[in-house]
Amino acid sequence: MEREAEVELARKLMAGEPEAFDRFVEHFRARIFHYSWLMCGQREDAEEVAQETLLRVFENFDQLHEAARVRPWVFRIAKNTCLMKRRRSTFAPRVELSLDDFLPAMDHDGGHRSLQIADWSAVPERQMLQSELKQALDRAIGALPEHYRSILLLRDVEELSTMEAAQILDLTEDVVRTRLHRARLAVRRSLDEYLRSGGLAPVAGGPPGGK
Amino acid sequence: MGPEERSEKCRQVFALLSEYLDLELPPDACRDIETHLAGCPPCIEFAESLRKTVALCRHYRPAELPDPIGKQAREQLLEAYGKMLAGRKSVRGSE
Repeated sequence: MEREAEVELARKLMAGEPEAFDRFVEHFRARIFHYSWLMCGQREDAEEVAQETLLRVFENFDQLHEAARVRPWVFRIAKNTCLMKRRRSTFAPRVELSLDDFLPAMDHDGGHRSLQIADWSAVPERQMLQSELKQALDRAIGALPEHYRSILLLRDVEELSTMEAAQILDLTEDVVRTRLHRARLAVRRSLDEYLRSGGLAPVAGGPPGGK
Repeated sequence: MGPEERSEKCRQVFALLSEYLDLELPPDACRDIETHLAGCPPCIEFAESLRKTVALCRHYRPAELPDPIGKQAREQLLEAYGKMLAGRKSVRGSE
């Protein structure tokens, strides 16, 4: 669902028009579930986080003063609900990603410089056509340290702005930018390794279709 | 060959690529990066792989959806919404 459609549903609910209720619940429940599953790692936890988040959303809907802010507002509540859930489990030690670790090596061949990276030209952009590629992305995102993963999910998967992600996570915009870049570099490298290991072989059966 | 052989400019561009792709850099810095990319095929290739990584993330959807919401869970949310609306009306009514 586009952000405009989301905002329209929020506007209707703010105006007390309950016909938007089920669509709003269905839409945000799936999004929060996805985010919290990738943050918490457990399906059961993600289901609970989605329900608890939506409960707090509806209890406090009158605190959403601008419908346009519905997505960052819901995700801030989801992040806090997720954190409560995480407190009950053990935290992994905090790992920092270093920029230099992601600089790919170079080949020098007769004065010609090239990177030691995969050929990305066949990688689709708009659709996750091959389930293996999707699994490679699952693994890449899942392997990110939590404080990088959260930013990548909010910025690149949920497409929130730098400022919105910073507000949700109580970070400065500079920290969001720095961590986002490193998270992307880590995911890029992980996908690169997958591609170099022979992933993304041509799919039999003609041109790629939809999902 | 190791990363130590990259030029200082390549490193600077490498550090700013996300901000460049997100259009979050000031125009001067953007032009500076574009000038470098125009003459550095390895950096273009790397930038393109990072751009595709971001594009894939934007189309990343879960392999699994939550189970359909149960009747009781839906009622709980609807009740919370109803209470919120009622509370708002009573506040307005008392104004």
